[in-house]
Amino acid sequence: MAMKTTGRALSLRGLSKTFIEKKTGRELEVLDSINLEIEPGSLTCLVGPSGCGKTTLLRLIGGLEMPTAGEVLFEGVPVTGPGPERGVVFQEYALFPWRTVLKNVSFGLDIVGMPGGEARRKAEGYLQTVGLTGHEDLYPRELSGGMKQRVAIARTLAVEPRILLMDEPFASLDAQTRNGMQEFLVEVWQRTGTTVVFVTHSVDEAVFLGGDIIGLSKRPARVVDTFTNSMKYPRGRTEPEFIALRALILEYLTREMSDT
Amino acid sequence: MSRWWKIVPPLVALALWELLAGLGWLGKTPTPVQAVRGIYELIATGLPPGYHLQGHLLASLARVFTGFAVAFVIAVPLGIAMGAWPLASVIVDPLVEAIRPIPPLAWAPLALIWFGLGLASSAFIVFLGAFFPILLNTVSGVKSVDPHLVEAARTLGARKRTILARVLVPGSMPSIITGMRIGMGIAWMTLIAAELIGVKNGYGLGYMIMTARDLARYDLLVAGMVVIGVVGFLIDWLIRLGEKRLLRWR
Repeated sequence: MAMKTTGRALSLRGLSKTFIEKKTGRELEVLDSINLEIEPGSLTCLVGPSGCGKTTLLRLIGGLEMPTAGEVLFEGVPVTGPGPERGVVFQEYALFPWRTVLKNVSFGLDIVGMPGGEARRKAEGYLQTVGLTGHEDLYPRELSGGMKQRVAIARTLAVEPRILLMDEPFASLDAQTRNGMQEFLVEVWQRTGTTVVFVTHSVDEAVFLGGDIIGLSKRPARVVDTFTNSMKYPRGRTEPEFIALRALILEYLTREMSDT
Repeated sequence: MSRWWKIVPPLVALALWELLAGLGWLGKTPTPVQAVRGIYELIATGLPPGYHLQGHLLASLARVFTGFAVAFVIAVPLGIAMGAWPLASVIVDPLVEAIRPIPPLAWAPLALIWFGLGLASSAFIVFLGAFFPILLNTVSGVKSVDPHLVEAARTLGARKRTILARVLVPGSMPSIITGMRIGMGIAWMTLIAAELIGVKNGYGLGYMIMTARDLARYDLLVAGMVVIGVVGFLIDWLIRLGEKRLLRWR
């Protein structure tokens, strides 16, 4: 049994989550015994109908929520809370508005007491990775959505997480910026070798990014299907293979959403 | 270009006042020109003679800043604690809500018993005026910090104390400064009112205008009012200046 877990970056075992509405006391079942294994260095996309519980699933992995049943094992160890080894990139960017771009990126370094000069150099390095050199002293309000998300990614990368959890990070960007950010993410992923789990409701995005694409059911979410995309990066969105896989996933999604 | 026309309404009001008071239609109300001359007299001669405006101003400022400083030093940490820990709020809230509606001046007799007539007494009353706006704004500032920021900090490795110092405190800064502005405004008004009742050393802007009233020197009375207004405005302007520099990120 132990042998089986050692090779995995992440194992979800019978993971269930039920929320209790505070006002009504009603139970809301969001996740229903999810089982999933994620390999180190992989880029996995989670897709599913909107409101199905994808975000909750990611928050459980991040340790921001606790499961009602089952467990999340990160490198074989149960997750009991958030930690810098599991970096989270939020859809809302969640940049500290009072910190400059550079100071946002160095946040995780500053709080562990890394000397200022060293933290600065490291942060500058990650800003270069995300293509924001020269923007160090701007405040978040002065940035576009795409730039904000780059800063957020750099901030997360700076603490050198072993897994990157991304919750629809490009959802609020315009289509053009979004495509650019997807290409950029593939680049970063290839360069850093970090395991990535990426939640999206965009099938196009999932096919462009994902090695494995996990299809979830509508709420309460279960794993319905796993699609493997072995296309080489960078992927062409108009290639027949791309279009075929996208059609296959769309078919499952339509089925999921129409089922009542 | 600019907004030169903004000064037109006050100028019209002043002109109207000058005209009406000059014609004697406003009883004993002095004209603006007389009030300005009064300011000069307050500086040069003093009221009562020998008690110059500078002395009155300094005395009032010392009282207001003492009371305000104590209020700030207690209200900000307490407000942060109440905003961050529901338990602190549960314990302190009833007490705060019970004391808050009592006008600071109503405490004056008690303050005299506790502290005697002097700086401590008036500072205490100023403290009561400044304390609650700072406290309540700090609490709401902490509570209004975006929860995503706290979560982001946690995923970056921050623990409770770090979150408090690096997320909740800077995040509530705008609110704290608003509380300071409101608190200082109330403190200033409260102090002047407190000085109307009496002061020990014969100095204070409130005391000064009461003296003017007793001597029926209405020009000096209005001059004193103008000084009080201008000083209050300048203090607020200073805080706003600090706010601009401190909150450049906004």
